[in-house]
Amino acid sequence: MDLRDSAAESAFREQLRDWLAATLPTVGPEPAHTDWPGRREYDTAWQRLLFDAGYAGINWPKEYGGRGATPTEHLIFLEETERAGAPYVGVNFVGLLHAGPTIVTEGTPQQRGAHLPKILTGEEIWCQGFSEPGSGSDLASMRTRAARDGDHYVVNGHKIWTSHAEVADYCELLVRTDPDAPKHKGISWLMMPMDAPGLTVRPLTTALGSAEFSEVFLDDVRIPVANRVGDENDGWRVTMVTLSFERGTAWVDQIVDSIRLIGELAEIAKKVTSRDATAWDDRGLRREIGHLAAEFDGLWAMTKRGVTEAGTGVPGPTASVLKLRYTEARQRLMELGARVLGRASLSRADIAGLPASEWTKERINSLSYTIAAGTSQIQRNIIGERLLGLPKER
Amino acid sequence: MHFLPTEDQLELQRGVREVLASVFPLEKLPDGFDQSAWDSIVETGVFAIRTDLGLGLAEAALAFEELGRVCIPGPFVATFITAGFADGPVTFLDPARQPLLVPYLENSQAILILGEQPVLAPASEVVGSTALTEPLDPLSPLHELPSVPSGTAVGAAAEQLKHEGALLTAAIQVGIAARLTELAVSYAKTREQFDRPIGAFQAVKHICSDMLVRTELARASLHSAAVILDDLANGEMAVLDPGRAVSGAKLLADEAATGNGRSCVQVYGGMGFTWEVPVHFFLKRAWLHATEFGTADEHAEDLAAAL
Repeated sequence: MDLRDSAAESAFREQLRDWLAATLPTVGPEPAHTDWPGRREYDTAWQRLLFDAGYAGINWPKEYGGRGATPTEHLIFLEETERAGAPYVGVNFVGLLHAGPTIVTEGTPQQRGAHLPKILTGEEIWCQGFSEPGSGSDLASMRTRAARDGDHYVVNGHKIWTSHAEVADYCELLVRTDPDAPKHKGISWLMMPMDAPGLTVRPLTTALGSAEFSEVFLDDVRIPVANRVGDENDGWRVTMVTLSFERGTAWVDQIVDSIRLIGELAEIAKKVTSRDATAWDDRGLRREIGHLAAEFDGLWAMTKRGVTEAGTGVPGPTASVLKLRYTEARQRLMELGARVLGRASLSRADIAGLPASEWTKERINSLSYTIAAGTSQIQRNIIGERLLGLPKER
Repeated sequence: MHFLPTEDQLELQRGVREVLASVFPLEKLPDGFDQSAWDSIVETGVFAIRTDLGLGLAEAALAFEELGRVCIPGPFVATFITAGFADGPVTFLDPARQPLLVPYLENSQAILILGEQPVLAPASEVVGSTALTEPLDPLSPLHELPSVPSGTAVGAAAEQLKHEGALLTAAIQVGIAARLTELAVSYAKTREQFDRPIGAFQAVKHICSDMLVRTELARASLHSAAVILDDLANGEMAVLDPGRAVSGAKLLADEAATGNGRSCVQVYGGMGFTWEVPVHFFLKRAWLHATEFGTADEHAEDLAAAL
């Protein structure tokens, strides 16, 4: 067991730090959350900078234009960019972390050539059309129907929770191509151009008040059969293959961020007064802060273990365990933050010299973490059934 | 970075596990400290991992997880951390904590008294001690001392001994947590109610899943702290403040062991509340260790102070 960087890892980290230090001052201010064209421009400009420096598609194989970095280098990349306050992957998320890797693994040479280079440079933005109003945790029950008509599919249905739909060029779309097959067997994976006739995007306002997601309505949308990735009716497997691409790194930036926030919370607690003392004078509160510090330090250690497992091909229990525990810990952190901020937590803008904006917005936003990408209840089922071998409920 | 046990480390752990499993099957736990049991543990070499084998706390932590897994009683931690300068068994006393309780006093050669200046006192020279008639953990005898005995100074710093003691106690707790998860899962797979194994019900399944999560988080934290202390001992730069790492590991391990103990009783239902099912021995041991080498509350406070 070794937590230290190897010589090569250390060199990679140093080089990245130097590049970030030289590059970040040239990056302009982040656009408003509601300014979608602005966000696309900002996020894709950052992606272009990464591309030019050789950091785009860090975990993609070299032969498809990626850097072919090891899982540990991927971890270092996410850790250092987060620490340096670099922009997030943003609108490039689905392309770089899901659709792109799917095309790498399952696409034809033509499909790879048409999409992978543009995803890496930030020229092509993707969104995800998986969930449906009637198919959340039970995703495979989805009903959006694709009927074959010559060399096209004609698609009708309704997708939901589609991030970045307003600015996306393509959608990775799961459709039912065989309504009579068992639910996991009749699904196909299509690349849908977002300017296709019959497609309507309706933004969905979240509890945060922003339109992070959309609903996508599909009314006789014609998609070429050539846009199918993988075999017909093999879309469920095609989707699952890609999930391993994150290689244990899915929560790296947020865990690094949480460790920073724990330190910040201690500083806030020293400033906030309640009755005749500061919040920090309260031993019970200090213990709660210390407890969460242990939690996030532990999650960081677990991340490193998961990344090592990914690098050595050892299957481990880490991904579901991390997702479950991290998201719940993040919510506890935000609740504790709100308690320390007291009435200042009632403002979504900074107030009384306190950073209320970040804490209050993230308190709301973190509610989604235990739901998105597999609810905590589904994670507990996965852990119970796949890791512990307990029987399914039915 | 390679944050998984190496093949050598796993082999050492497997070796200890095999010996312990054959000598201490769960169905016949000794009814207290047992000298022949102690001797067979000494033979596994766990106390000599650092002194004779030249290995570190990473290996010791893996071996101590195994001691937790079999619920065997004994003053393992103090014996290990004093192995360089004292003959075992060695027990310990935290002089700052009332009442002054010492486990396994009659079975030990010496007491490590972990005050600001750690000292070693011969166990035979302790006067006025009283054996607790009803110790919480029936397998771990406790003596109450009227005062802190005097002793001779040892050549190790208090902070280092406290870090090592907390780390290895955490390792035992992780082993307890892991074994309790296995016991609960195995019972949930075989016990049937409403015509199906109770583990098929989400209400029970999720208890088991949370047990695994607590164990794995505590284990990652434990291994990280062990590696950090080893790096420090080898004059390397540690990736995290060692005190912070150890406190996190002990806190999470206490939480995993005691939390899993309660969960395991719950999964076993009425049988979990009986003497004959060994779950209560694990939980009582976990409660004992949770008071040793710093409580979760104290470590949480220390962690906050280190931020």
